[in-house]
Amino acid sequence: MNTLLQYLKPHKGAMILTVSVKFFATMMDLIIPSILAKIIDDAVPKNEPRLIYQWGAVMILCAVLSIISNIFANRNAAVTSGKITQKLRHDLFSRVSYLSAQQLDGLTQSSAVSRLTSDTYYINQFLNRTQRMGVRAPLLLIGGLIMTLTLDFRLTLVLVFTLPFISIIVYQITKKSIPIYRKQQRVLDDLIRVMQENIAGVRIIKALSKTQHEQERFDKVNVRLADTGQKARRISALSSPLTSVTLNLGLTLVILAGAYMVHQGLSTTGTIIAFLNYFTLISMAMMGITRIFIMFSRGLSSAGRVAEILQLPEDLKTIKQDHPLSTDKYLSFEEVSFSYSNIDDNLKDIHFSLARGETMGIIGATGSGKTTLINLMLRLYDANKGRIFIKGRDIKTMSTEDLRSSVGVVFQNDFIIAGTIRDNIRYYRDISDEHIWQAVQDAQAAPFIRETGEGLDYRVAQKGNNLSGGQKQRILIARALAGKPELLIFDDSSSALDYRTDAALRKALKKNYQDTTTIIIAQRVSSIMGTDHIMVLEDGRQIGYGRHEELLKSNPVYRDIASTQMGVEGGALID
Amino acid sequence: MTKPQNTAFKRSDTGQPILKTSRLILLKRMWKYLGHYRKLLMLAMLLLVLTNALSLVGPKLSGLAIDAIGIKKGQANFERVFLFSSLMAISYIGSAFFSYLLNRVTVKLTRNTTYKMRKDVFDKLVSLPVGFFDQHQAGDLISVLSYDVDTVNESLSTDFLQILNSVLTVTVSLVFMLTIQPLLVSIFAVTVPLTIIYTRWITKRTKPMFRRRSAKLGELNGFMEEMISGQKTTKVYGREDEVIREFDDINAQAVEAYTTSEYYGTMVGPSVNFINNMSLAVISVFGSLLFLAGRVGLGDISSFIQYSRKFSGPINETASILGELQSAFAAAERVFKLIDQKEEKPDAENAHRLNQVNGDVALQHINFSYLPGKPIIQNFNMHAKPGSLTAIVGQTGAGKTTLINLLMRFYDIDSGQILVDSQDIYHLTRESLRKAFTMVLQDSWLFYGTVFENIAYSKPNASKEEVENVARTAKMHSFITKLPKGYDTMIGDDGVPISKGQKQLLTIARAMLSDAPMLILDEATSNVDTQTERQIQAAMRELMAGRTAFVIAHRLSTIENADNILVMEDGNIVEQGQHAELMNKNGFYARLYKAQFEVS
Repeated sequence: MNTLLQYLKPHKGAMILTVSVKFFATMMDLIIPSILAKIIDDAVPKNEPRLIYQWGAVMILCAVLSIISNIFANRNAAVTSGKITQKLRHDLFSRVSYLSAQQLDGLTQSSAVSRLTSDTYYINQFLNRTQRMGVRAPLLLIGGLIMTLTLDFRLTLVLVFTLPFISIIVYQITKKSIPIYRKQQRVLDDLIRVMQENIAGVRIIKALSKTQHEQERFDKVNVRLADTGQKARRISALSSPLTSVTLNLGLTLVILAGAYMVHQGLSTTGTIIAFLNYFTLISMAMMGITRIFIMFSRGLSSAGRVAEILQLPEDLKTIKQDHPLSTDKYLSFEEVSFSYSNIDDNLKDIHFSLARGETMGIIGATGSGKTTLINLMLRLYDANKGRIFIKGRDIKTMSTEDLRSSVGVVFQNDFIIAGTIRDNIRYYRDISDEHIWQAVQDAQAAPFIRETGEGLDYRVAQKGNNLSGGQKQRILIARALAGKPELLIFDDSSSALDYRTDAALRKALKKNYQDTTTIIIAQRVSSIMGTDHIMVLEDGRQIGYGRHEELLKSNPVYRDIASTQMGVEGGALID
Repeated sequence: MTKPQNTAFKRSDTGQPILKTSRLILLKRMWKYLGHYRKLLMLAMLLLVLTNALSLVGPKLSGLAIDAIGIKKGQANFERVFLFSSLMAISYIGSAFFSYLLNRVTVKLTRNTTYKMRKDVFDKLVSLPVGFFDQHQAGDLISVLSYDVDTVNESLSTDFLQILNSVLTVTVSLVFMLTIQPLLVSIFAVTVPLTIIYTRWITKRTKPMFRRRSAKLGELNGFMEEMISGQKTTKVYGREDEVIREFDDINAQAVEAYTTSEYYGTMVGPSVNFINNMSLAVISVFGSLLFLAGRVGLGDISSFIQYSRKFSGPINETASILGELQSAFAAAERVFKLIDQKEEKPDAENAHRLNQVNGDVALQHINFSYLPGKPIIQNFNMHAKPGSLTAIVGQTGAGKTTLINLLMRFYDIDSGQILVDSQDIYHLTRESLRKAFTMVLQDSWLFYGTVFENIAYSKPNASKEEVENVARTAKMHSFITKLPKGYDTMIGDDGVPISKGQKQLLTIARAMLSDAPMLILDEATSNVDTQTERQIQAAMRELMAGRTAFVIAHRLSTIENADNILVMEDGNIVEQGQHAELMNKNGFYARLYKAQFEVS
């Protein structure tokens, strides 16, 4: 709530204007029925048509003023809420863009996305509508009550008498239905999951002829969803009949009481007729307030979710330079340990250094910490223990700009944007087409890019759906190469390439990127056997470090891997 | 040197699909869903009439009561006032009661039609050929099942009844007003057409604005989702500011589109309110004049004004419902488009079950194309003896999965014959054919369920021992027992997270459980790290023993031992034979093989 208020502050003037104009417009609406009472009680008994016309003209004047000010206020509200939302979304997106990887992990991507999309949308709606209806409905209610008070305060008491009943009804129904609606949302998630699973697993399901089984599984969730929805709606179904019957009974009471009062000369028939009119307005206002109530709670919960992100502290601060390492090495790890969860070490005592232009291969089982090593090197996470140096500087003392400006990376399952191939390779950097083509050549992507007929302008679909796995990987490699990096990192990024293309890629790297320090994570020994150093990882520990030939001799794990894949020593395994 | 181009990603306007199907046909099909529940529908209509009739009597009664009060002190006829007031109370209570019943019935109707439509969509979905899923995005299909189905059904029962309600209210109000004073009704001859013309005009003007608004919002959401998923990449290249700048652009457009549509859209409410106020003013003046002329009573004016409010209400509402119907129609079109998709061809009439399979597979003179006119496989022949190993190799995108698609009848061949144990597979039931295969695919598919359920998926009623045995063979047993609830641990996207390699191992265990005589391995080992792969290979040998196996593999060690190697390039099978043969041939395969050891 406080966060939202900060965003409202700069627009205080505009919002006050909207609300004031809205107030004026509502008052105009409210005056109209009382003029009717005036006509019936004053003009009619006097039998003066001129007076009737005069009052009629006043009514029309009120109507005109009401429409003009209402439209003005509504437009003002739309503009203001648009501006506020734009700023809020900008700040939120910027904040998310600069969150550390650890913070985003904690938040989860899908939650970040839904906060940016649906939550900001709800806030926009909430701001816009509250300025309009939020003012109008309570004003209609209060103004209507005041007007009826001026007409006849005793009759108003009859009306006020019904309000607590209505509040209780609305409150109880909302209280009961909200948790059920929330539950419905969760069941819908389940339904979508079953559907997703069926789409992803279509081949397996068909292969095993499990269609019927899946239909039954879906049916169970479908029934659950239908029933939960029914339950929630049934409760809501009570609200409108109950509210309207209460109000209408109040109305009947007004007529009864009114009859006595007119009979006694305490009130007039015109008053009662005007009363009935206000009654309609008031009951409409009541319905409006109920809706605002729902909108308000949703808007506030969205604002809360947005504020959570905005208030996250800055992570991974750059610390002051202490004593640089005097070394000629480009990259060094000194006894580095790290844990994601602070329970088990994901990496333990990693120690190595590479000179400029050297290459290193990393091999190891799934979950052995290969990707984690990269994450630390890029300072996506901070090591718990030990230090990492690039060109002799502790990376914690380098600005992220300094650290990452000379890096080219291809992550495992790296991401492709919907756009042209050029957009994908440039990735928002200033890189000329000439450089892009150079990178494309080296990444072995040139043939298929030319084949598209559109070259770099070829449009890649979302998530690269119109490209094969190998084509995607080559575009990503070109992206990494295009920036002429000093440090190049491939995390299992040639797995979809065939041996021939993989070999050609390695050749091109060797030839054109001699000064680039390269780190290759691979599953295939053939991808790394030519590197200057090979690190063998097991359970986060560095269990081997050396050249291919040395490791073949000294490291049993490495020898095993090599023999499995290439039939070296161990010979063929399948006979 | 070309200058770097700073153009932003161009995004196509993803507008709504244009309504092509005739409205009438859509309406008929939507109606069919309601038609299933004819009794409920009739009940709803009856309740609708009852609740409306009762609530519409109210103003008339209140008018009569006011007349009974009289205009001056001491004129009140209390007997009549009481009578009409109690009648009012009764009619309002009755109306509320029936209105609640009506709501209940509507809720039930919505529940039933939604359920039925979801079921229809899903049942259709599971009977669609695999090709459909290769061409359509999961997200699109999911939004049909969730949002579109909801939109249609929301509209189906509520809007339908609402329109009926409006028609009823308008007619009855009109009749009441006519009985009170036909002269006053003539005012509506001006205001009603005015309202209708105005609303139509404004909806027409704002329609493209609202469409643009949702398109822009979709674009913005798409961009945010995309960029958050690629946050790591953006960070590494330090491009946060550039991405934010592009975001600001799209954000500004989205907000602008929103404001523009609101700018005009929010005119409707005040304008309609204005027309109402004007009617009230005119009615007040003329009503009073008529009263002076002795043509109407005061109570009449009061009832008339109340009816006039009821009268203009539904007309405005109908205008807005017509707007909602637009989106319901669009949604219905998407739902029916999915329901109308062509299913997998049914089994041939004389199809018989494949029993007692030996696993002898022969392909004769096969021709196949994914797209008509673009042949992929031409006059291809091969033979796999029971228990033999056929390896499929080739570069990325060479079409290695094609053969699997044909064997499993995920896609149908254009001509030729595929024989299993000398029986044409097109004369077999799909189910029995597919059950003769067990499969491990590159993308490990697990669903949200226990480890046990996931493994036992390939064999209903598998015993605990059987499942544990295959888990042991796949070297997964000790891992599974270390999970929080062992074999009862929930896995899948929302379950306990497990690594890619472990997922792969679980699907391998699942495949092992099946006693199918033929095996398909689609690049199954490329996701698993090398040590684990070695263990798997050991298990695989066991799995392959006695089975006819078709393996897509990058691992040459696997291929070297194959009985037959199919070498694929650009979708075609360019060479086939054993490793030694192909090496001697010194062709494409030999080049491919040598590339592995070509370390620069």
